[in-house]
Amino acid sequence: MDTVETAVTTASRKAPDTLSRRDRRLGKLLLAPALAYIFLLVALPFLLALFLSLTNSSAGSLEFSFVGLQNFKNVAASPVFLRALRNTFIFTLVSQVLVIFLGNILARALLKQFRGKLLVRFLVLMPWAAPISLATLGWLWIFDSTFSVINWGLKVVGWLGPGQWYYWLGDPTLGMVAIITVHVWRLLPFSTVILLAGLTSIPSEVHEAADLDGAGPFAKAFQITLPMMLPILTVALLFGVVFTFTDMNVVYLLTRGGPYNSTHVLASLAYQEGVLGGDVGRGAAVAIFLVPLLVVMAVFMLRVSRRSEVT
Amino acid sequence: MRRGPVQRALATVGHRVVILGFTAFAIFPFYWMLITAFKQNSDLYVGASNTAHNPFIFNEPPTLVHLRILFGSTLFPTWLFNTLWVGALVVAITLLLAVPAAYSLARLTGRWGERLSIGIFLTYLVPSTLLFIPFSRLVALLGLQNQLWALVLIYPTFTVPFCTWLLMGFFKTLPKEVEESAMVDGCSRVGAITRVVLPLAVPGLLTVVIFALTLTIQEFVYSLTFISSVERMTVSVGVPVALVRGDVYYWGSLMAACLITSVPLAVLYNLFLDRFIAGFTIGAIK
Repeated sequence: MDTVETAVTTASRKAPDTLSRRDRRLGKLLLAPALAYIFLLVALPFLLALFLSLTNSSAGSLEFSFVGLQNFKNVAASPVFLRALRNTFIFTLVSQVLVIFLGNILARALLKQFRGKLLVRFLVLMPWAAPISLATLGWLWIFDSTFSVINWGLKVVGWLGPGQWYYWLGDPTLGMVAIITVHVWRLLPFSTVILLAGLTSIPSEVHEAADLDGAGPFAKAFQITLPMMLPILTVALLFGVVFTFTDMNVVYLLTRGGPYNSTHVLASLAYQEGVLGGDVGRGAAVAIFLVPLLVVMAVFMLRVSRRSEVT
Repeated sequence: MRRGPVQRALATVGHRVVILGFTAFAIFPFYWMLITAFKQNSDLYVGASNTAHNPFIFNEPPTLVHLRILFGSTLFPTWLFNTLWVGALVVAITLLLAVPAAYSLARLTGRWGERLSIGIFLTYLVPSTLLFIPFSRLVALLGLQNQLWALVLIYPTFTVPFCTWLLMGFFKTLPKEVEESAMVDGCSRVGAITRVVLPLAVPGLLTVVIFALTLTIQEFVYSLTFISSVERMTVSVGVPVALVRGDVYYWGSLMAACLITSVPLAVLYNLFLDRFIAGFTIGAIK
């Protein structure tokens, strides 16, 4: 992981303010195309999303008129939306608690030297590298109503008696369990490698010094490892939250929001209303509810990076 | 802390159990894809309530019939080609935009460049599930509905910010003396960049190429929204949307397609893992 450390220490080094005017001009010139692209295709569309949420635009035509906050009022009065909003928070919260908890265990286990470590790292990382839509399809087959291998296992061990059956994707509660399982499965590798990078970056002298001072394993865990890991833990959590909160792949492919719209999240509902339903204004209004959390995350991220800049 | 041999043995066993448990959880769906892809239908479609039939093993000899269907009578090869075609163009656009921007942020912009680079990185957080609605307007306006060009236009919105950030970190690790000595020898700044800096930056550029390519292959939401013709789909959408005919799932071919696409990506990711992580940790590791 030495690349991590070198990249980061140099990134926090102050750039000297002794550039010539020609260099400054060249700097702006080289930066301009990327900035223009980001402005035109991220910043403007972002504002357009806000704008569309205040109109009655539909997919069929380019004509529209202003309806003020009507879309938001309609959306907020809809039980399907409220359920989706609640689901989004439940999925994010539960899966991230599990991911951070399990990720810490796995990262610590991977910190040790053992035979076959590289192979294990490769295998454990696969869920994150696979395209999410295809990986979710694999889970769709695992959760299949007739051929579910999980049900087979539960039958064999006697958990499911004769006549008992789990319809994983046909039941609101089991559907939510399935969705959370896939999120945890997918994001666990990501958090683990980030936490592992954090653990390896704690210099071994720190632990040796603590040993000399007679610190026990608990004192070391809570007074050394945890405080030193806090920034990296925050980063793993921030990305995990953003990836889960804004994801629609898992829900769309596993349950399509069903049964009876009980497992929708904001993103999949926005797609259903805005694209499949053709009500662009309403879809935009649903998607806008993703923004407040993203703003909070951005502020957190800035604080993390600012802190590393100071030291 | 001193520990007896019994405790040490227990710790080793515990460690093994943890490693094995997590590995099994991670790879089970891939194992399931693998075994499904090569099973005969009569071995595959046995209801799970039949506890005498072990689904984890081949009860009948493996078959290549699902692979033959996938490559012979579905559009999977076309989708692979579409994906790589979009991927190549997106990588090219990403390099054209991100390389100059990253160099500029690393060397030529002074203190405000640092702020700006974090701002650019944060745009990576704006999700596709928010932007696909305004983009559907834009795509309609430009007449790009149902064309791969729509994806070529839009995909750099998530590759450029992250790749700029990654490359900026990489350029900063190169010593400044490299360009300075080239410029003393009579090179212009631009000449020094193309002749000296870029050759040294090849590992960084390669990382960005792989990253942009994998992000393109993984993308689902935009492709689902903008491409409606089956023959123009990318792999990530074609397989879950168009390989399922009506309500009939051809699980053997489906799982083969998932596996064939996922494994090469996993290999690529592993090779460049440390660099990606350096990008994500944005200075949280001291």
